[in-house]
Parts: sequence; C-alpha cells; structure tokens
Amino acid sequence: MFAEQLINGITLGSIYAVVALGYTLVFGVLDIINMAHGEIFMFGAFVGMLIVTKVHSSLGIAFAGAIASTAAMGYLLERFALRPLRGKSGGSPLAPLISTIGVSIILENVAHKLFGAGNHLFETPFAEIRFDVGPVTVYLVQVVILAISILLMAGLSLWLRKTRAGKALRATAENLETAALMGVATNRIITATVVIASAMGGVAGVLVGMAFNYINNQMGLAMGLKGLAIIIFGGMGSVGGAMAGGLILGLSETLVVAYGSSGYRDAIAFVAIIVVLLIKPQGLFGQALPGTER
Amino acid sequence: MSRSIRFLCLASMLGFALVFMGAAKDAHKASPPARTRKPPVDAKIGVISIITGQGAGYGEAITNGFKLARDEVNAKGNVKIELVIEDSSGKQEQALAAAQKLINSSQVVAILGPTLSTEMKVVGPEANASGVPIMGTSTTAAGITQIGKYVFRNSLPESLAIPASVRKAVKKYNIRKVAILYGNDDVFTKSGFDSMKKASEDLKLDILTVETFQKGQADYKAQLTKIKNLSPDAVFCSALYEEGAVILSQARKIGIKTPFVGGNGFNSPKVIEIAKGAAEGLVVATPWFADRNTPKVTAFVARYEKAYGKKPDQFAAQAYDALYIMAEALGNAGKADRKLLRDSLAGIRNFDGVLGKFSFDAERDVVMEPNVLIIKGGKFQMFK
Repeated sequence: MFAEQLINGITLGSIYAVVALGYTLVFGVLDIINMAHGEIFMFGAFVGMLIVTKVHSSLGIAFAGAIASTAAMGYLLERFALRPLRGKSGGSPLAPLISTIGVSIILENVAHKLFGAGNHLFETPFAEIRFDVGPVTVYLVQVVILAISILLMAGLSLWLRKTRAGKALRATAENLETAALMGVATNRIITATVVIASAMGGVAGVLVGMAFNYINNQMGLAMGLKGLAIIIFGGMGSVGGAMAGGLILGLSETLVVAYGSSGYRDAIAFVAIIVVLLIKPQGLFGQALPGTER
Repeated sequence: MSRSIRFLCLASMLGFALVFMGAAKDAHKASPPARTRKPPVDAKIGVISIITGQGAGYGEAITNGFKLARDEVNAKGNVKIELVIEDSSGKQEQALAAAQKLINSSQVVAILGPTLSTEMKVVGPEANASGVPIMGTSTTAAGITQIGKYVFRNSLPESLAIPASVRKAVKKYNIRKVAILYGNDDVFTKSGFDSMKKASEDLKLDILTVETFQKGQADYKAQLTKIKNLSPDAVFCSALYEEGAVILSQARKIGIKTPFVGGNGFNSPKVIEIAKGAAEGLVVATPWFADRNTPKVTAFVARYEKAYGKKPDQFAAQAYDALYIMAEALGNAGKADRKLLRDSLAGIRNFDGVLGKFSFDAERDVVMEPNVLIIKGGKFQMFK
C-alpha cells in the first residue's frame, strides 16, 4: 500500500514539477507570472492526444509534435502579447500579466471550439506496459515521467549555470537595461526563455495524458493553479525549488488521501504551503535577490 | 389589484365547487351501471417549461413528449386536451408569472411542469393555494410533493433510484463490504452519496471507507489505490459521467475488478464512449430505458423518432407518461374540474406507461420499480 501510494505521489509530483518549471523560468527572467502557461500545457496535451489516437504515431512523435506546437505558441505569445508592452514608459508593470490572462482565456475558448468540452481518451499501448516489483505493480510510464522531469530539471540547471546563453539569461533577469547595455540581445533571450518554458508545458501535457489517460480543455486551469502554488512554495524563479515543491505537493496530496481523508486533499497541501511561507517568505529555495526589494 | 384577483379566484373556485357538487350528485343519480358513450372531457392543461435560454434542451424534450401524448390521447376520443404552453426560461419569477397567467386568465384545469425543482418551489405553493393540480415531470429534489396536496410528480427521485440499484447489486453479487466514492462539491452527487450511505446502512453493509473527489480532477489513483487495498466487494460511486468514466477507467487499470454501482448522473451512453471497456460492470438505476423490449416502449420510441427525428430521452418519456396520467385521471373524474381532478389524480395506482408500472403514494410522490441497468458488451442492458 505505502509503496504504491508513494509511486502515485511521485508521478503526480513529477508532473507538477514540470508544469512549475515552465512558470519559474518565465518568472525568473521577466518577473511576471505567465498565466497562459496552463492553457499552453493543455494544448500540448491535445496535440499529443491527436497524434497518438488519430494519426496512430508513436509517443516520440507525439512529444515532438506537442513540443513544436507549444514552442510556436510560446513564440507568438512573446511576440504579440508581451513584447509590445515591454519598455513602454509609464506602463503598469502588471500589464504583461493581464495580457497573459487574456491569452489564457482566448486559448481556453479556442480549445473548447476545436476539441469540445468533456474528457478525451489519451490511449497509448505504451501506457499499458507494467512490471511487478514484489507485490507492487509499477507502470513504465511512471518511471519515464520521473526520469523526464529529473532530466529536464538537470538540463535546465546546467544550461542556466554553465552556458553562455544561460549566463545571458541570468544577466537579463537581474537587470534588463544593464544587460542590454552589456551587449546581451535581451529580446532574443526573452523569446528563447518563453519558447523553452512553453515547450516544457507541451512535454508536461503529454505526460499528463500518459499518466491519467484523459485530458480536457479545463485541465490547464487546474494544473496551472497547482503550478503557481508550487513556484511560490519552492521559491520564485528557482529551478530546484520548482522540482522539490512539485514533488512535495504531489506526495502530500497523495498521502493525505491514503492515510487521512480525501476531503482534505487540497486543504492540507495548501496549508503546508502557507506554513512554509510564514517561516521562509521567499519560499523553500528562494533567495532574497537584490531585485526583490523593488 | 392582486387582492381583487384573489377574490375573483376564490369566488370562481367556490362557484366551481358548487357546480361540481351538484354535478357529482347528478352523476351519482344518473350514472348507469354500464358505461355508455359519454361526451369527451374537454380540458385545458397548462404547461410551464424552459423554452428559451439555458436548459432549453430539456424543455424541448419535455414539450415534445407532451405534444405527442396529447395527439394520441385526443385521437382516442374520450378526453380532449388542449395544451397552453408558457416559457419560464428556467427562472423562478418568470415561472411564477406563467403559473399565475395559466391559473387566472387561461383558466387551466391543471398544470404540468415546471422543469426545475427550484421553479417548483415557488410555483407549487401558488398552484396549491389556488387549488390547481400541478405535476412536475422532471423535478427530482426532496420535498416537492410535500408543498401541498395539489402538488404531484412522476419523476423518480434519486433517493428511490439508488436504493433500487444497490439492492439488486447486493443480492446478485452477494456484497458485504463496500467502498463509497463521491464528488463532494456538487449538490446532486452529494445527495446521491447520502442515498447510497443510507441504502448501505439499511442493508447492514460494512462501509470500509468513504472517499471524495472534486469536479474536473484528473488523478483519482490515490483514492482508488486506498480502496483497492481494502478489497471491497463493490464500489458505490456517486459521480456525474465526466468524472465517473475517468474513475472507472483508472480503477480498472490499477486492478479494481469489483462491480461499480452509480447514480442517475452516471447513466449516460457517454460513459461507454469515454471509458470504453472499463465501463463494463457498471450498475445504474433509471426510470427510462429506451431499449426495454416492451411493445409500449418500442411503439413510443418509434412514434417519437418519426415525429421529432431523434430518440426520446428520460425527460421526453416522463412528460409523455405524465400527460397520459393526466388523461386517465380526467377520464376517471369525468369532468374538467380542478378539485375533482386532484382527487382522481391522487387515486392513480398501477398506471401502465412507458416508464413501467406507476402509482402515487399517499404523499402524491412516485412509487415505481426503476429499471436497473448494467453495462455489458459495450451497451446498457437490463440487469437481472
């Protein structure tokens, strides 16, 4: 029982973590929360679903398709909803946030028109592969989900810390004007960040489809809220925080149901977040950056 | 203004009552032992339904059911019914205005509708105070017929449907231990859970655990793993079909092979569409089953399909039967009179309709044996 619930929790947590990574990346560089991320994630899931169930292609192609389409959506989002608002003097710093809310509403309704309301079956033979470890049944999908989320986190950390582009991103995050004066192509860096974050949303979408078998056009909102809570919990802009926060939330939700009452599922998780924030307001892994005094 | 209307109304009622008392006496004196040809009973019946706005789909099915039954009743000849249809838009105040219009200016002998239980809560007392029999055909909430002695319904409440399916499943599968799973953020699924819990306690079943979920949840594995490890004989699940189908699918995937018993919210072909093979073994109770092979049902489905181009749903079937019940009561009353019709309605027992055998109980509520269905071979079948 415990082992099975542990696996359930880790699977859920890994998915939360990948969703949260997308949020944290955009927040890290732009200092805004991309409210459209949940809907982009939902679109990724639908593109993956269509490729798997309608075209009958392999999961690899589904991932590629989802990544390609969500990356394109990320580019369009940056180009048309964020960039025009950047650097305008006198504009509210909240304008880009509101703009992403608008995009999220548009995307949700477009999805409703395109795919209809209700649940869609995400059926892949891959999701049926399982093996028994003693009394516990483990699905290969669950292992793959954990592996993908760890790989994404590790890759992202390395990219941010070790590469030139990562350095440029961090410089942009610290101060846009200064970075631009130092010769960083800030627009390009920001675009790349939003595109990468959105592609991660696409990956997360396909993962959800694989893990739960069903997707619907409302799932962006539900997952998006969890993702938001996680980055606040783990520390805004922190990659490790998103990962740890996601796993902690997924595990606590599952274990509350397993050993407590399912009615408290969401309550306990969010109470834990409030407690952590009271003790450490910047989140688990958050640092009080010089920028946060603003 | 309203006082004078009320006075008029009272006066007309008094008049009616006097006339009726005389007529009843006459009828007693005059009625011959053998029923010879009587002139048909002419009756004007008001209908309050949702014709426009959200929920108009229900109103359409309901009024279609009424119209089809009216045409058939009128063709038979001993009762002639005229329907006066009013729109409520699903709003309480509009439903009340419609009822007042029907009662006072159209002078209907009875009202069918309104569509929603919330509308009935305001329309029922008005009709009751005016002495007009009113029958809900789609109002399933608790306490509807308790509004007053002029208020009836023929729509099966969940509190009757669920115990029927539970009883049948318990008997067939010899169920002793159950797990209950329900959506705790919806009035409908919550009241379904209350009925399940009560039915389980009545049958002295061992409730191993009660788990909850919320609308739109994607992952039910935590609750289901817990249920699986308690190894119940059956899972009672009060859910709407969107969540219910996903629950079934995930439950079968983690290896819960027990039967599932659901409420009426689970009763949709969509469950099979979404959950595919995992839907097998789901037991639900419903007042209406279109594939029940009785001549009455087959004929009704064929005639409805011919007239409106689609299969009748539960709402159309309930409306169709309601008008027939009205017609039978009118025939028994022998006269389009409100008080007489009420008494004759209250006496309806073992009415044979498309929903099956139907009676009113002492509180004018539904007595019927619902159809218990099981999903087998990819479709709903009678559960025996």
